[in-house]
Amino acid sequence: MAKITMREAISQALMEEMDRDPAVFILGEEVGVWGGTYAVTKGFYDKYGPDRVMDTPIAENAIIGAAIGAAMVGQRPVAELMTINFAFSAMDYIVNQAPKLHYMFGGQFKVPLVIRAVGGGGRQLGATHSQTPDAIFAHFPGLKVVSPGTPEDAKGLLKTAIRSDDPVLFIEHATMYQVRGEVPDGEYLIPIGKSKVQREGKDVTIVTYAKGLELSLKAAEELAKGGIEAEIVDLRTLRPLDMEPVLESFKKTNRAIVVEEGWKSYGVGSEVASRIYEQAFDYVDAPVLRVAQKEVPLPYNRTLEQSALPQVPDIVAAVKEVLK
Amino acid sequence: MAEMISMPKLGFDMQEGVLVRWVKNEGENVNKGDVLAEIETDKATVEVESSASGVVRKLLVEAGSVVPVGDPIAVVGSADEKIDDAPTKVVEPPAEKKTDDTSGPELKTEEGQARKEQSEAKAAEPPAPPAQPAVIATAQTAAPAQEGPIKASPLAKKVARDNNVDLSRVQGTGPGGRVVRKDVEAALSGAQSASVGRQPVSTPMPVPVSAEDQAIPLTKLRQAIARRMVESTTSVPHFYVTHEYKIDALMTMRKQINEYLPENEKLSVNDFIIKAAALTLREFPNLNSSFAGDKVIRHGSVNVGVAVAVEGGLLTVVNRNTDQQPLRALSADVKRMVAGAREGKVKPGDIEGSTFSISNLGMFDVENFAAIINPPEAGIIAVGSARQVPVVENGEVKIGWRMKATISVDHRVSDGAEAAQFMQKLAEFLENPVRMLV
Repeated sequence: MAKITMREAISQALMEEMDRDPAVFILGEEVGVWGGTYAVTKGFYDKYGPDRVMDTPIAENAIIGAAIGAAMVGQRPVAELMTINFAFSAMDYIVNQAPKLHYMFGGQFKVPLVIRAVGGGGRQLGATHSQTPDAIFAHFPGLKVVSPGTPEDAKGLLKTAIRSDDPVLFIEHATMYQVRGEVPDGEYLIPIGKSKVQREGKDVTIVTYAKGLELSLKAAEELAKGGIEAEIVDLRTLRPLDMEPVLESFKKTNRAIVVEEGWKSYGVGSEVASRIYEQAFDYVDAPVLRVAQKEVPLPYNRTLEQSALPQVPDIVAAVKEVLK
Repeated sequence: MAEMISMPKLGFDMQEGVLVRWVKNEGENVNKGDVLAEIETDKATVEVESSASGVVRKLLVEAGSVVPVGDPIAVVGSADEKIDDAPTKVVEPPAEKKTDDTSGPELKTEEGQARKEQSEAKAAEPPAPPAQPAVIATAQTAAPAQEGPIKASPLAKKVARDNNVDLSRVQGTGPGGRVVRKDVEAALSGAQSASVGRQPVSTPMPVPVSAEDQAIPLTKLRQAIARRMVESTTSVPHFYVTHEYKIDALMTMRKQINEYLPENEKLSVNDFIIKAAALTLREFPNLNSSFAGDKVIRHGSVNVGVAVAVEGGLLTVVNRNTDQQPLRALSADVKRMVAGAREGKVKPGDIEGSTFSISNLGMFDVENFAAIINPPEAGIIAVGSARQVPVVENGEVKIGWRMKATISVDHRVSDGAEAAQFMQKLAEFLENPVRMLV
């Protein structure tokens, strides 16, 4: 198994799928000549040419609209949004067109579209460019929302997303491109809609995904020093949400927290907690706590930004609280 | 070193208390054991004693505030000591008593002036002991009634349901006293005295009979009594033995003694009965005991509980080491506690730890009655009135003082013969009262 970065994993997935299927093409701002703002598509333009790696105007509405049209006629576009914050400019296409066309036209059309979007805060990009609005998109039936926490999952899930006949929003965390992890040799796929236990433990369940996984793993190490063994369930996909491993873990530990980078209100944590109460009520020994971003537009100042984002000590504290 | 005084946990499920009044102010000297404040739990107003001697340096909460159990309320230290905001040593007042089978040591006595007047009026009359009703509901073994639903996690509730554990008897250790799974498991393993295996008693829905029907909400005291009595009658097999006592000598002696005592210290008939029962119990350790599943616990001390009628209910005050106390001391102690109970102010120590009880309805012209055992005690004596009745002595009809008493006994612990022997032995004291003076 090779140990590669998240960036390399995503890049490999794209390249493998483009090699495999000529219908796969990439479009977005600066994805071509420049090789992508986060250098994910570096070298793609030279390899596949301007027809399959298309630089677009700075018009998210146009990018997603064009991608939807191409998908409806049989192509498999991978549209890149430089940041997920720009998705709001294309909101109608993302939540009101792509997920619904298949239903609105009696199944005559499929929309095999992947939107890669860079999300998350922590890079001092200011309130409008640092958001983690994953839950907003996961609200809409018809749109699959995937957000991996390891290179292995990123590669396997992106390949599956590209092969999916449904539109998929694939959210990559801006601070995780350098995260290294082992990736299986050769081709592999990871199904969308399957949560995974990333660390086993018996005392408490931490439900999380993406950046939250990185933080939770660190928190779990710290907790282990105090004799608390946390089990970490990585959702990987927000829609469709797979609660099975969460519930299985919770039935064992009876205590859980949910860690997400987005804001707490109406968030992923609320959804997961609610499902635990609905589906495992008799196993609840303490309220499920949510660790999430402070309810403020994310500050620019580094100290303030870091204090507004969920951190390892917040997770440790929440676990201790829930174990009281 | 300054000591922090915390809100004591005075009941099985007490979670907070209202600090009603500070008895000591900042700057006042206080000795260990002095009353520092009065707090009101959901059942009674209780005096909190200082667990340290020194100067009251800081009162941390204002009168009237609701304080969670365990939160600091005052700092006691030396006069010149520097007090910072977070003293290092937290001491709980000694009021708390953590044993497996005790719980809320106090019950709300509410405002009970009526009874008090009654008993005062009767004090001078020879055959009238203080009012003592038939049933006893102390909190000493009950987890007192809880306000609203029981705080328990869904998992704890499920485990309790599956194992027939009465959650109201399980002490919660989770946040805010919430019962969590491990508490129920502890109860199951016997670490807590939850009543296990007992099905809840169904209460038939009353049928309205007229438009004038009134629904009277239960006071906490009433709730506690209701639950305790159901528990006792459903889980403790009672049997009863009645004995008639010849108390001419006792009445005479009481009269003689009382001639030398000031009005407020006069001995009641009940004082003699309490003393006699305690001395008899010393010879019948099996009746001074508690049934504990696979064993009987024989108590080392004889602490006699005395049922006291209070507004809307009753509770039991406890005289400790009754067998060792002179009558006059015993009488004073009981008088003090009865008065406290009727004023709604009892110390936790006054109502916990009894090993046997006495209920006396003598003042109400009752010939005889039977009382319900106050678990986990093994017995209770119900005392009727001392009455002048025609008696046959040496073939002649004469007038004599007689008094009937009925003992109720836990049949799991003892049997009829032992109870009858006990009642006979009691006669040796009651009929030869001078034995109680030596």
